[in-house]
Amino acid sequence: MELNADIKRRWQNSKVLLLAGSAGSFKLLFHAVKHLPRDLNKTVIIIIHRKKNFFSEIEKLFAENSRMYLREISDKDIIDSNSIYIAPANYHTLIENEKQFSLDVSEPVWYSKPSIDVTFESAAEVFKGNCTAILLSGANQDGAEGLLKLRNNGSLTIVQDPTDAEMRDMPMAAININAADYVLKASEIFQLLEV
Amino acid sequence: MINDSTEAEGLTPTDINELVNVVKKIHGFDFSGYSKASLKRRITRVMQLKKLEFYDLKHLLVNDPVFFQHFLEEVTVNVTEMFRDPHFYKALNTQILPYLSTFQHIKAWSAGCSSGEEVYSLSILLREAGLQNKSFIYGTDINTEVLKEAKKGIYSLRKIKSYAENYQYSGLPGTITDHFTILYDAASIHTELKQNTLFSVHNLISDNVFNEFQLISCRNVFIYFESHLQEKILDLFYRSLCPLGFLCLGSKEAIRSEAFKKRFKTINSKENIYQKIGA
Repeated sequence: MELNADIKRRWQNSKVLLLAGSAGSFKLLFHAVKHLPRDLNKTVIIIIHRKKNFFSEIEKLFAENSRMYLREISDKDIIDSNSIYIAPANYHTLIENEKQFSLDVSEPVWYSKPSIDVTFESAAEVFKGNCTAILLSGANQDGAEGLLKLRNNGSLTIVQDPTDAEMRDMPMAAININAADYVLKASEIFQLLEV
Repeated sequence: MINDSTEAEGLTPTDINELVNVVKKIHGFDFSGYSKASLKRRITRVMQLKKLEFYDLKHLLVNDPVFFQHFLEEVTVNVTEMFRDPHFYKALNTQILPYLSTFQHIKAWSAGCSSGEEVYSLSILLREAGLQNKSFIYGTDINTEVLKEAKKGIYSLRKIKSYAENYQYSGLPGTITDHFTILYDAASIHTELKQNTLFSVHNLISDNVFNEFQLISCRNVFIYFESHLQEKILDLFYRSLCPLGFLCLGSKEAIRSEAFKKRFKTINSKENIYQKIGA
């Protein structure tokens, strides 16, 4: 399928890529991280739900396979324009301002910490319409409200087609509140990112 | 009714500044060095929970001292766990306690202790290491309400259940319930684990050194402060530590300031455990 000119233009113009997923999204995120070009010149922020107390090897695995500079976020880290950042387990990731993250340990949202909603809402306030946000497979409804805020602020919002997702609840929740500019299959999302 | 524009745009930086000034003037609490993103999120949360517009919130903060206590509780995050980040406790047990055991007394300070879970975790750790008789743990917080909970040392069974997994990963023998008396749907920490503890109010921003410590733990508190305030409190901790005493920050809170990197030696970079060295 040929992607339309609007979505391509908006993706190219965006400065920040927000990638979020829960159950059933790991492989897709890994694929994206592996193939994003070294000179993407966008800030990439990944929020993936995961269990606490398991020293996850996600950062290590992702970093070893990424051509971009990739790291797990620590409190007050500086946001660079050509790097991939992964939200740590057990904390919410907030965008303090265009140049800085800050972390938060308050109560989980939709039983999740990190919560996709929290980071998306924060990104909508700080980055306004400069984001491309992609919500992938998952089994709850985290991310939908945040995605709607991003859409309302002018960012490009994309949801994985529920029929294409391993877990359809999270994409459905976003589609149901009209938070998606586009509903795409994983292959189309990769085509857009050219990964 | 919540105004549409407020809903879409949220509180402006001017609104936040106005609230910070009101709270400072009337109640003497200074939130000006708090991280703006989380402060805004917490204030928005209070407004949503209480269905308040910005104007009503200001009015209540000025006129209702009871509301202010509630506001303080909501704005300062009081989420804590026993044995939070169990690998931290493992590191304390294997890397730090052998060193501390050579001291005559072990005074520990849990700063920002909230409802006391960390104080009792330390108490259990010290007891299991046979160091309880020479140790004393101070727990401090700015919030009097959470300190009341801390002093009681009674937690719901639901919470204890969620702490049980942490305990298991901490590498301590037995199970967490070995340290509690179960009463219907709650669990009370054993009296002997409370004997060497003291809880009191202390404001990290405005209060000063009150004792000399061998160990200070302040985990997941710095994330709520801007960098300049973090440095101010690092200085307070530095002055409160005995020579070669230990400072523990949260696992995502490293010492960033060059000035302080020289004054502390990194003992464990993953768990952010530091030791005070020469100035």
